[in-house]
Amino acid sequence: MLQQRHPQRFPPHLIRIASLLCAAFLSTPARADAPLNYLYSHGDKADPVVSLTWGVLIVSLAVTVIIALLVAGAIWRRPGLAMAQPGSRIEVAQPAGGMRWIWIGVSISTVVLLASVVWTMAVLAQVSLPATKPALTIEVTGRQWWWQVRYLSNDPSRIFTTANEIHIPTGMPVRFILIGGDVIHSFWVPALGGKTDTIPGQTNETWLEAHAPGTYRGQCTEYCGIEHAHMGLIVVAQTPRDFQAWWNHQLQSPVAQANGQVAAGLMAFNTHCGSCHAVRGTDSAGVLGPDLSHLMNRGTIAAGELPNDPQDLAHFITDPQGVKPGILMQKPELSANELADIQAYLKTLN
Amino acid sequence: MTIDDYERAPTVAVEDRQPALPEELRKLWETKPGFLGWLSSVDHKEIGIRYIITAFAFLIAGGVEALIFRLQLAGPNLHLLTPEQYDQLFTTHGMTMIFLYAGPVLTGFSNYLWPLLLGARDMALPRLNALSYWIYLCAGIFLYAAFAFGFGPNDGWFNYVPYAARAYNNGPNIDFYSLGMILLGISTTVGSTNFIVTFLRLRAPGMSINRVPILVWGTLTAAAANIFAIPAVSLAFFLLWMDRNLGTHFFDVPTGGQPLLWQHLFWMFGHPWVYAIVLPAMGMVSDGLPVFCRRPLVGYTVVALATVATMVLGFGVWVHHMFATGLPSVSLSFFSAASIIIAVPSAVGVFAWIATIWTGKPILTTAFLFFANFIVLFTIGGVSGYMTGSVPVDWQLTDTYFVVAHLHYVLIGINVFPVVGAVYFWFPKFTGRMMDERLGRWNFWTMFIGFNVGFFPMHISGLLGMPRRVYTYADGMGWDWLNLITTAGSYLFAIGVLMFLINVVRSYRNGPPAGDNPWDAPTLEWATSSPPPPYNFVVIPTVQSRHPLWEDRLGGETPGHSYVHAGLVLDHGRETVGTSPLDAEPDIILRMPKDSFAPLILSLTLTAIFIALAFNIWWLAIVGGLATGADIIFWLWPERGLGETAEPATNG
Amino acid sequence: MASRIALDGKLPVGAIDTRASGWWAMIFVVFTEASLFAYLLFSYFYLAVQPHLAGTFPQGGPPSLALALPNTAILLLSSVAIGWAQFNIERDDNRRLCWGLGIGAVLGMIFLVIQYFEWAQKPFTLASSSYGSLYFTVTGFHMAHVVVGVIMLWMLFAWSAMGYFNRVRYAHIHIGALYWHFVDAVWLAVFFTFYITPLLGMGS
Repeated sequence: MLQQRHPQRFPPHLIRIASLLCAAFLSTPARADAPLNYLYSHGDKADPVVSLTWGVLIVSLAVTVIIALLVAGAIWRRPGLAMAQPGSRIEVAQPAGGMRWIWIGVSISTVVLLASVVWTMAVLAQVSLPATKPALTIEVTGRQWWWQVRYLSNDPSRIFTTANEIHIPTGMPVRFILIGGDVIHSFWVPALGGKTDTIPGQTNETWLEAHAPGTYRGQCTEYCGIEHAHMGLIVVAQTPRDFQAWWNHQLQSPVAQANGQVAAGLMAFNTHCGSCHAVRGTDSAGVLGPDLSHLMNRGTIAAGELPNDPQDLAHFITDPQGVKPGILMQKPELSANELADIQAYLKTLN
Repeated sequence: MTIDDYERAPTVAVEDRQPALPEELRKLWETKPGFLGWLSSVDHKEIGIRYIITAFAFLIAGGVEALIFRLQLAGPNLHLLTPEQYDQLFTTHGMTMIFLYAGPVLTGFSNYLWPLLLGARDMALPRLNALSYWIYLCAGIFLYAAFAFGFGPNDGWFNYVPYAARAYNNGPNIDFYSLGMILLGISTTVGSTNFIVTFLRLRAPGMSINRVPILVWGTLTAAAANIFAIPAVSLAFFLLWMDRNLGTHFFDVPTGGQPLLWQHLFWMFGHPWVYAIVLPAMGMVSDGLPVFCRRPLVGYTVVALATVATMVLGFGVWVHHMFATGLPSVSLSFFSAASIIIAVPSAVGVFAWIATIWTGKPILTTAFLFFANFIVLFTIGGVSGYMTGSVPVDWQLTDTYFVVAHLHYVLIGINVFPVVGAVYFWFPKFTGRMMDERLGRWNFWTMFIGFNVGFFPMHISGLLGMPRRVYTYADGMGWDWLNLITTAGSYLFAIGVLMFLINVVRSYRNGPPAGDNPWDAPTLEWATSSPPPPYNFVVIPTVQSRHPLWEDRLGGETPGHSYVHAGLVLDHGRETVGTSPLDAEPDIILRMPKDSFAPLILSLTLTAIFIALAFNIWWLAIVGGLATGADIIFWLWPERGLGETAEPATNG
Repeated sequence: MASRIALDGKLPVGAIDTRASGWWAMIFVVFTEASLFAYLLFSYFYLAVQPHLAGTFPQGGPPSLALALPNTAILLLSSVAIGWAQFNIERDDNRRLCWGLGIGAVLGMIFLVIQYFEWAQKPFTLASSSYGSLYFTVTGFHMAHVVVGVIMLWMLFAWSAMGYFNRVRYAHIHIGALYWHFVDAVWLAVFFTFYITPLLGMGS
């Protein structure tokens, strides 16, 4: 015959979900601990989106909890029956009132969904274009597995190329022209705005703005091949005055050094590195790899993967395939002296 | 035995008064014994079981691939796998789960169940049914052979160009993937055609379209969608193969091609496909859950309509996979709005299921636990999808682990969990034995906890910016603990799946006998023996409600009275009755084909063509083509026994 | 909805006209193949609206109608022949059925030959440009469908000559004819896309 089950206590799995959620959100790490997080924003393009993100997130959590409670409640509100024997007949019924659940549930859901659509459209309108016309345009080309960056200007003498680390002035929108260099990549600096792909055959555009000076991490976020995991980028926001100073500095060629080791390093660099890398004002004019003028200004190397300190730089030069297996850069054949010379030379590129 | 005319008045009889009929039908319908019989069978039940077992084999393979690369991702900067190995593993994992498991397992269940649910003797096109399985098997082996030899696809299951083009991906990996997918697409198309024709023509007399189980609506919707969607992806892969092998210029830019053409064609298929791999599973829940609530499903009509509406809307949202590609705002707005609104029909289902439990009297069997828990997982997957539907939010979320969390909640939550529940529910019918309920509970909780521990943290690592498809990550990004927990959870989930498989094997060998209707369920399949005889029904039932076996107890709703054990006697050979599309009034006696080798041979000749193309052996492709043509002509040769010729049909 | 299902009375047996399962299967084969062509033509239009140098899309300017237009008429005529064949078998005239099928098949083969000559005269190849790739791929897919259709028509001809069909049992004829008419209709869409839209300004 039918057996009655004793009523269950509050289902354990729901407790687990609830604790996970609390742990996650009450202890949301500060920006420094999670440099690619986008729940906190630092620029005009990201701000409205963060509110919307939190909004839909809270709606989602609420819906999940409500539905989970309803399901649990439906199951455990009455003593459940047990299947006594396979094939035993158990009563069936068709109580009324079921449809009301659907009408009410779907109506509430529809209202929430429509409100979400409206909010979405409003935010989309707000972030599609900047409030003021950008005074600065930077052209970014996504390449396997680094970022080519070119600063544009009405004055041709102020146009220059760099790589992987992008400086922008604070407090004003900056326009980015995004070009696909080989395969599809995606340009993303979470703290400042959403991502836009770089696609061969078309030119995409986006804009970013930073409220305050700081260093903001970015990452390629469209699978682009074997070293997709190691294609980061850095955006450094500076006050407009500092930014102009930085730009002026970037335009300068490195001073020719008479120092023997540095001169030797320059020649070794030309020979071994110049076919792929460029340094302004020297014979090295390669475009297959990142421009290395003012390399020492950068905080990271290898597209944000390694800190720019002497040991890591030497490691990367002598074992590029170990750091980023599959990149175009092959292990250069350098004697210990040549390596030391090149290191001494690179140190002067500030 | 007599020779029939072009028409005949079939006998109507009561089953109990026809003692010789079951044996007579058994001789007509059973598959010949032995290996040759196994190869030539067209029995939908055998084909259904093969689909399910093959799909589970691929599920395990795909799962093992994931377990391997989860080790690589358990901590930052690990070197257990090279990037190339990782790329092939994650791509093959996606390809396996989405194409070789998720669709076929539902096809298998539907293949087995549809004729039984609809009161028919087989699917409308039994040889085509066998063909769809054999091609699936051949395509799966073709794709895995490439992986086994180290040429697995490595550009993600979505295979974007230009990285998939010859210039960046020179090995045979992408060629094998492209050709294998086209071959697989033939299987899916052929199977979908069979489901639609069966739905329109083979329902039992009286089973009007508002009386079919929701599983039938789910599979029908998926099948109709596949008819229109699969050509897009098959074409995309074919154009890519041509670009890579014949020098065409569909996708490469300098000569007028466009990378985004790939994305449009792929996602115009891809989005409907993800609904095709969940709607039948939702249908299984809609049919199974009410049995354990001892009441009919709340809102049958709106649930059926919501099923169709979801799929129709599903054709209008594909661009939401492309929000970051630089499309104009107008386009983005439309697709964003559609992607959010598509949640409305899903809400219909969720509240129908909750209402069914709430107003019913739940029985906590293992099957019920899987079906009920699915509602919560569906909701989590649904809301994370709702979040990504909002364009500005998606610009942050897309290509992060948030989407990985979303897709696993929808795929595992809305496909795997219902499928496991469906096994617990229908195993007694397929095998005649009950599964172990105690092990079932352990199975359920292990899978449930493992799954949530594994995949819930991905929402968080996604919100903290962890990108997808990365073979490793730096420390200090805030992701370390989350990834470790995910890896641990995935292993626990795998143990749960292992428990399920153990339960299946043990129960198959030693489970207690089930009887015809162990769950006291209402639909027609429970009126047959367990397992059903080869001919399904001794006489063709006549149906007057959605719950033929509950009519005497429900009262009120049902005007007429179904006859399950009295009806048309069709025994002049393999026969079933054809009925009109809407109201299911009998309009023809259909002659069904005998076992045949033609489907197996055709799948082999087709596979030969694709192997030839993969290795650029053009003469072999032509030979394969000629053999294919010959097999088709032989198959379609008008047959007297099938009533295709001017002579009256013979018996048997 | 009938309150009682009539189970008495005679039912036809076998593959009869549009009650044959094969007929319904062919309807959905037609839907899926039509979708294939829809996606092919989508690809054409998607690439057509991208920026191109003048005169490269279509390559060599709008394609000439000199062969394509009469060829279209030939294909339409073949459908008429097949339709006439269908009309006759429903009236038990096997002889005219055979004639109709034969004429339809021959006209289909003439279409193929003329199209082959048109292909040979093109100044571009499959690998010349995106336009060349599209032209030969789309018309090539159509040609493949015509080849299959012609083989099918000859098989139907052979089976008809062998006396397989009569005014009750002719399901194969209608099923095959449906496919053939579809191939014809799709050609109109392909023809319009490649030959007419450039004259209306599509492309560069």
